Amino acid sequence: MDLPLGFQDAYAPANLRFLAEGLLVTLGVSVLAIAFSFVLGCLVGIVRYARVPVAARLLGIGVELIRNLPLLLLIFFTRFALPEIGIRMSVFWCAVTALTVFEAAMISEIVRGGLRSVDKGQIEAARASGLTYTQCLRHIILPQALRRMVPPTVSQFISLIKDTSLAVIISLPELMHHAKILTGVRYDFVIPVLLAVAVMYFAVNYLLSLVAKKLETREPERA
Amino acid sequence: MLDLSIVTGHWDLFLQGLMHTVLASVLALVGSFLLGTLVAVLRLAPILACRWVGTAFVEFFRNIPLLLVVYLFYLGVTSLGVPLDGFQAGTLGLTIYTAAYIAEAVRAGIQSIPRGQTEAARASGLTYGQAMRLVVLPQALTVVIPPLCNQFLNLIKNSSVLGVVAGLDLMYFGDKVESITLATFDTYIFVGLLYLLLTLPLSYASRALERRLGQSR
Amino acid sequence: MNKRGIRLLLGVVLTLLLFAVTACGTKSGGDGGGGASASPLAPSTAATVKPSDSPAPSAAAEGGPALEAIKKRGKLVAGVKFDTKLFGLKDPVSGKVEGFDVDIAKALAKQIFGDESKLELKEVTSKTRMPMLTNGEIDIIIATMTITEERKKEVEFSDVYFKAGQSLLVKKGSPIQSIADVKKGTKVLGVKGSTSVVNIKQKAPESTVLEFENYQDAFTALKAGQGDALTTDNAILYGMTKQDPNYVVVGGTFTDEPYGIAIKKGETAFVGYVNGFLKSLNASGEYAKLYEKWIGEKPPQ
Repeated sequence: MDLPLGFQDAYAPANLRFLAEGLLVTLGVSVLAIAFSFVLGCLVGIVRYARVPVAARLLGIGVELIRNLPLLLLIFFTRFALPEIGIRMSVFWCAVTALTVFEAAMISEIVRGGLRSVDKGQIEAARASGLTYTQCLRHIILPQALRRMVPPTVSQFISLIKDTSLAVIISLPELMHHAKILTGVRYDFVIPVLLAVAVMYFAVNYLLSLVAKKLETREPERA
Repeated sequence: MLDLSIVTGHWDLFLQGLMHTVLASVLALVGSFLLGTLVAVLRLAPILACRWVGTAFVEFFRNIPLLLVVYLFYLGVTSLGVPLDGFQAGTLGLTIYTAAYIAEAVRAGIQSIPRGQTEAARASGLTYGQAMRLVVLPQALTVVIPPLCNQFLNLIKNSSVLGVVAGLDLMYFGDKVESITLATFDTYIFVGLLYLLLTLPLSYASRALERRLGQSR
Repeated sequence: MNKRGIRLLLGVVLTLLLFAVTACGTKSGGDGGGGASASPLAPSTAATVKPSDSPAPSAAAEGGPALEAIKKRGKLVAGVKFDTKLFGLKDPVSGKVEGFDVDIAKALAKQIFGDESKLELKEVTSKTRMPMLTNGEIDIIIATMTITEERKKEVEFSDVYFKAGQSLLVKKGSPIQSIADVKKGTKVLGVKGSTSVVNIKQKAPESTVLEFENYQDAFTALKAGQGDALTTDNAILYGMTKQDPNYVVVGGTFTDEPYGIAIKKGETAFVGYVNGFLKSLNASGEYAKLYEKWIGEKPPQ
């Protein structure tokens, strides 16, 4: 049986290439935002865990505010409101910045939770045996906390990749944007194109979750 | 300073938006709780096909963007002749998407109940469904409440996607006010404050609840 | 010992923050094409540069600091629609953006540089175009933009380069045949930040207006049965009927929508340059050619 006409035409090579171009932008934004938000999230998490005076308090307020706002609003804000106070970025960097700030707030909580989950007795013992606070953090707390952080951090990265689709509202030419252009070409492209896009997002995210599972199971062997 | 006339002058729009945001979140919470529980039970059912359906549902919807799920309803389902407006399509999308997450929380809850209980219930003559409904699920629920609160919080934030499909929520009307007043910075700050008005109390309540439940165990 | 560790951390964090801020600062400066910071300095630079700028010193002075900055950059950055057939539409297959507005932008680039390829097109929507212009991301807006008194407070406009009027698009066989049929409960689709959604509320206050990010979204929503009619300028609607002949424009126009090229507030010299460009485009017959190419008829005189 032949596929309906909409499916045949929608999956023409030129259209698939157009979607692939969008996917590339999605991946580009994701990789940058993952890298930045991981570094920023770790820093914020450690500062809050170590209760650095003033900084921990301020960052705590910031994290609390950002975590409780919709990402869509942060994207709008970065794109349209920040220029009013003199902060200007291209669409691409707007998307990266908004995603980084939002996801870093989430990751900082994961990091803080991971650090806190390490038994207090171990820290006291390490300090008593003459290690400095930073040495203790580096050699005793972080290695244990990192292992516990892997699963939630990876699912946060998957969220991030999914969240890049929200940048469609600021006309970032990512996968969702290109999908919408294609659905605009012909109405019977709607279902085939949306399904193709679903498969693309699924493939990327599922692959990432499989890699994470591998990491998780391998981790204890090394320890 | 912020221009308060943006709020006072367009209060009716903001209020309408707030109401739709809350309504969509509450409807989706109830819907996704029911659907999520069903999927969790499917995933643990003794029949392979059921488990497979449950797993496929969870993996699929957890790995694609919410916006795409909403578009599948708003454009996809409507193109098959089912009329759904932006609010309905958005709320349905939120429900299905969140159900995949709640299913995992409920599954963890069910698995936290010792297997012996199910076996004892089955041995005393209950069917699998009865054992689930009468013995396991009521106990699992206490474990599920904190993640459920968290999902409600996420729902309020995620419901902002309704703004993209003319779903009449806070984001949609906030955007509308912005295009009337052209005061971008101030308007978005107010929209943010209104969201915080909904999410911050909920965030504190859920943390307090988590602490209390954690202590009792 | 504890304190030293804390100080170290604090130092690292502060350095990184500082680094991030400075990185952002330089980046935004580059992207903005010297928007806000350039303008107060620009008049004096224009004066000093004038003698050395041998190819067209008089033209540069005519165009003011804005044109000066464009020439220095070596390309014109124009904001056009990417989703509007006949005016600016991105073809998914070729990746090219094509339309009447795009051709006007090309002609302007040719006027400035003698080369129409020295042009960068950036996607704008009705909602994003004004902030993008005031932020200095684009030099000009050529994007089906109606000249209004409200907008004149925010940007400068050139002379009218296209005359449109608001109308309605419906599915063939729809009971709606003119603005008089738009009644209570009628769902009308429009685009955020456009004049059309303001006008329709005045002409048919009882109707329900639903707003979308761009024309593509609004048209797809109409096809998905999310509304009874779509309203915007007739020229844009005719483009949609070319994309899908199941839809028709009904009832004639009920407003006047004169399109202008928008330029950053205060750049009056550049406005003068653009007006001169429009006049010469008209005089050479090039304008009529472009009009016929896209609209399919001779321009009204």
